Amino acid sequence: MIIAEQKPMETIEEFIKDYKKVLFLGCAGCVTVCLAGGEKETDLLATSLRMKRELEGNPLETVTYTATRQCDPEYVDGIANYVEDVDCVVSLACGVGVQFVAEKYRNKIVFPALNTKFAGGTVEHGVWEERCGLCGDCILHKTGGICPIIRCSKSILNGPCGGSQDGVCEISKDVPCAWHLIVEHMKELGRLDMLMEVQPPKDWSTSRDGGPRKVVREDVKIDE
Amino acid sequence: MSKSKIERLFDQGEFVVSCEIGPPKSTDAEVIREYARMLKNHVDAANLTDCQTAIVRISSIASAWHCLEEGLEPIIQMTCRDRNRIAMQSDLLGAYSMGIRNILCLSGDHQKFGNHPTAKNVHDLDSMQLVNMVKRMKDEEEFCCGEKFKNHAPKDFFVGAVANPFADPFEWRVARLEKKIAAGARFIQTQCIFDTDRFVKFMDMVKERGLHKKCKIMAGVTPIKALGAAKYMKNNVAGITVPDELITRLEAANKAGGKDAVREEGIQICIEQIKMFKEIEGVAGVHIMAIAWEELVPRLVEESGLYPRPALKE
Ligand code: SF4
Ligand code: SF4
Repeated sequence: MIIAEQKPMETIEEFIKDYKKVLFLGCAGCVTVCLAGGEKETDLLATSLRMKRELEGNPLETVTYTATRQCDPEYVDGIANYVEDVDCVVSLACGVGVQFVAEKYRNKIVFPALNTKFAGGTVEHGVWEERCGLCGDCILHKTGGICPIIRCSKSILNGPCGGSQDGVCEISKDVPCAWHLIVEHMKELGRLDMLMEVQPPKDWSTSRDGGPRKVVREDVKIDE
Repeated sequence: MSKSKIERLFDQGEFVVSCEIGPPKSTDAEVIREYARMLKNHVDAANLTDCQTAIVRISSIASAWHCLEEGLEPIIQMTCRDRNRIAMQSDLLGAYSMGIRNILCLSGDHQKFGNHPTAKNVHDLDSMQLVNMVKRMKDEEEFCCGEKFKNHAPKDFFVGAVANPFADPFEWRVARLEKKIAAGARFIQTQCIFDTDRFVKFMDMVKERGLHKKCKIMAGVTPIKALGAAKYMKNNVAGITVPDELITRLEAANKAGGKDAVREEGIQICIEQIKMFKEIEGVAGVHIMAIAWEELVPRLVEESGLYPRPALKE
């Protein structure tokens, strides 16, 4: 899923300082799971800002709503009545959700309340880790199910580099060396031989480097 | 234009000596030229680092040109951190056109360590792929994309890479060296060696696989300047191990005669190591990394019995 993190309260406060009535728009998708922009976080953010503004003598009227998914027009269309009578929108979705809302409601400014971080998963309650760099051409079968594109700090495809020591990456003692993990895992599988093949330069055109990407599934498209 | 001087020296069977020059963080090329004049009779070639530890400096290629002008054979370092395959090949063509023949391919230190830690890095290729790209440019006369050179391919590049016998996983180090040789590396410079036992073990594994016959291995040495530096390297520098005996020796020197004695002990240790590596089968040269202490190199070369340097036969 997409992992996101709330921006500092002061930043969001600054965004909306000149607005009187604001819609705080949560998302029930990924950001609910990573505890950044679900219903609970949306209410908490709205309440805190409202109270703060009250104390400062600059009252704020808040409206809160949590869409099923902000990255889906179906659910974004359904919030028209909420958006209509506010001065601006604070979206607690990932960057995709923010864009879908901004695109639909062109006469309202939409502020991102989150920093969209990465594609990752929950490793323990409250800890999320990046696992995929969304390169568009997955090679996990060659690397023991460990992604060197994103988990190696230098995206090395023929690693590990000379900075790998005691299983940690040169950039920090808190970062496992992805290539150390790969070598260990391939050893377990008895397939170190697979790592001897020199991996050619990667085709990055399937990645962001090829411009914005699109997936089309003709078979499930609904023709009008 | 001609082949690389160190390639020819290796072919002649000489024990080759190289060193490292760190270009300045300014436009002052005189720094490089001075080092070049000082070192040219004592080493066969010098590496020009490529924004070492991710700190902006005069580029490796420009620095190499200053060396050429002063009569010192350069080895340009090229890291994968800052350029994609287009920029790398373009720089390589430029370097070759100036008469630069030796290239050392590296992944490069992460930008986190340098003076622009918030920079965007590139890592389009890794060091293995860079080695292979240069090899294809020279041997197959083609660009990375497969397009052939119509003329003037950089046929005489001498391609090098690094190996770190002290990084982990240890057993994989030799396998990775084998892979680099398969990718096209013709000479290897190792990370600086303090743990000689581990290096000997590494070389045994290298010889078991016959890798020393397929490429020239240069042992990396660094003279230790101060006790603090040794301790720092031991604890903080990824990929470098400093054994306790060495620290003990430096501590003893410190007790006996303070800073100057430590320096002298560091120099003696370095000379001992060079002499030792010269006797190890499969070691084809030494690479002296005395960054910020370049002026010591002539003394190290002389006192380890490597002076005068051999001439090219022809
Ligand atoms: S190889 Fe590409 S698609 Fe596969 S996990 Fe890594 S970044 Fe994601
Ligand atoms: S230490 Fe490991 S994870 Fe870090 S850059 Fe090197 S190979 Fe990649």
